[in-house]
Amino acid sequence: MNLIDENGTRIDGRKVDELRPIKMEVGVLKNADGSAYIEWGKNKIVAAVYGPKECHPKHLALADRAVMKCRYHMAPFSVSDRKAPQPSRREIELSKVTREALAPALILEEYPRTAIEIYVEVLTSDGGSRGAGITAAAAALADAGIPMRDLVVACAAGKAQDHLILDLNDEEDKEGQVDLPVALMPNLGEVTLLQMDGILTREEFETAFKMALEGCKKVYEIQREAVMQRYFGESRPINKEA
Amino acid sequence: MSVSSRKSLFVENLRKNAMVEMLSKGQRTDGRGLTDFRKLTIKAGTMIKAEGSAQVDLGNTRVIAGVKIAAGAPFPDTPDEGVLIVGAEVLPIASAYAEPGPPDEDTIELARVVDRGVRESHMVDLKQMVIEPGKKVYTVFVDVTVINVDGNLLDATSYAVVTALATTKFKKMTIKEDQVVQLEETSALPVTTIPVSVTVARVGNILFLDPTSEEESIREARLTFATTEGKPCAAQKGGTSGFTPEEVLKALDLAVEKAKTIEPILREAIDSAKKGSAN
Repeated sequence: MNLIDENGTRIDGRKVDELRPIKMEVGVLKNADGSAYIEWGKNKIVAAVYGPKECHPKHLALADRAVMKCRYHMAPFSVSDRKAPQPSRREIELSKVTREALAPALILEEYPRTAIEIYVEVLTSDGGSRGAGITAAAAALADAGIPMRDLVVACAAGKAQDHLILDLNDEEDKEGQVDLPVALMPNLGEVTLLQMDGILTREEFETAFKMALEGCKKVYEIQREAVMQRYFGESRPINKEA
Repeated sequence: MSVSSRKSLFVENLRKNAMVEMLSKGQRTDGRGLTDFRKLTIKAGTMIKAEGSAQVDLGNTRVIAGVKIAAGAPFPDTPDEGVLIVGAEVLPIASAYAEPGPPDEDTIELARVVDRGVRESHMVDLKQMVIEPGKKVYTVFVDVTVINVDGNLLDATSYAVVTALATTKFKKMTIKEDQVVQLEETSALPVTTIPVSVTVARVGNILFLDPTSEEESIREARLTFATTEGKPCAAQKGGTSGFTPEEVLKALDLAVEKAKTIEPILREAIDSAKKGSAN
């Protein structure tokens, strides 16, 4: 499959450093304490947060902070071949890295002995679903009113047909050479998730990593706008002075 | 569901503070410098019933990897490639915090990150591991048993898996009358490179390598790089904190640099096992 043509145009018409279209809405579920829905390319993902609430079973509770529980889960119809509903090894790992990507942003010490539950449900998957899920989950946490040091956004960079590219879609993820998902706390400048598979040179790694960070910052604009919409019902410009 | 972990070594605050204080001066409680590894001993071919095996001792951390090879069906999306599966188990004998039962998320992550380093480096050329294209391929199972936990399981496990694979000898198979038949002829795996995993731990703004269990209980985050011939081929951040972008690049440089001293140790263990079995 030819992923990038001679003009540097990708199969979905994007340039190498272009994001897919992203739409976000915060506060989409009635019952959850916080929720967010994201459409990122063909990804459709809903994230929900319950808590801080009583921790069950009690022996999991921590005396000095809230316990985080996190589940990344794909619907059986989210991929081409039906995915068995029970958690796969991949989903167990992604649940862990999602939790660890969000944990640095939360002030868990505020709610000792409680649990904060984070659910990422992938309804349609299109490459980069962990990043989209983390971006939605962080907005859901903000929607739940949980004190946070910063929001968390994520975006992948990678390599396909010897081109470094931003925000891999499904075909580029599967047929490409490298996938490098990154999550960032944009105001604190801290990388909270980094994974990679595929070979890069040292220079390529630095370039791709910085592309991913730039992508994260663009995603942050969209995420912040969606959170603002939920709370104020209108867009607010970012106050750069503050 | 991934739940905040509580099963780690308990270290008193006074001791933690002293350890961080020492680290900030470039010292460790066991006398090492920040980028020093503990003594690394690798013995290949220790398990005679396995097609390949290795025991790795990294300080007090001890892991054993064993390779078994069977005939199986290829994955539908890669009909002309063999299958490689890395599994890991932390035995209840390995630490006071380990329990019997199916692998927990830490163990699943361990196996998957080690798998990624081996797979993405193309260490084993799976295209050569085909018995009949589209129908039967060799399935390479690498199972890791952790016998004693004292930190840095990611790197120790990777070294055991890589050494076991590089010293594997298996009986070739063919298909006769729709049945898989084992031949007497043996073969080594088609090994193209030796990937090296190096995990960088961070506490405060200090980066250090090869943490013990005690050091892992004070580290805030970790970043693992597998490299092949000086180039990164897999990465995984872990822990409930992060890294600045500058620290990420510094960690990569540390991993690439350290791999230069680890790779000869792996190669020596592999070569001496090959010589031993030739006699």
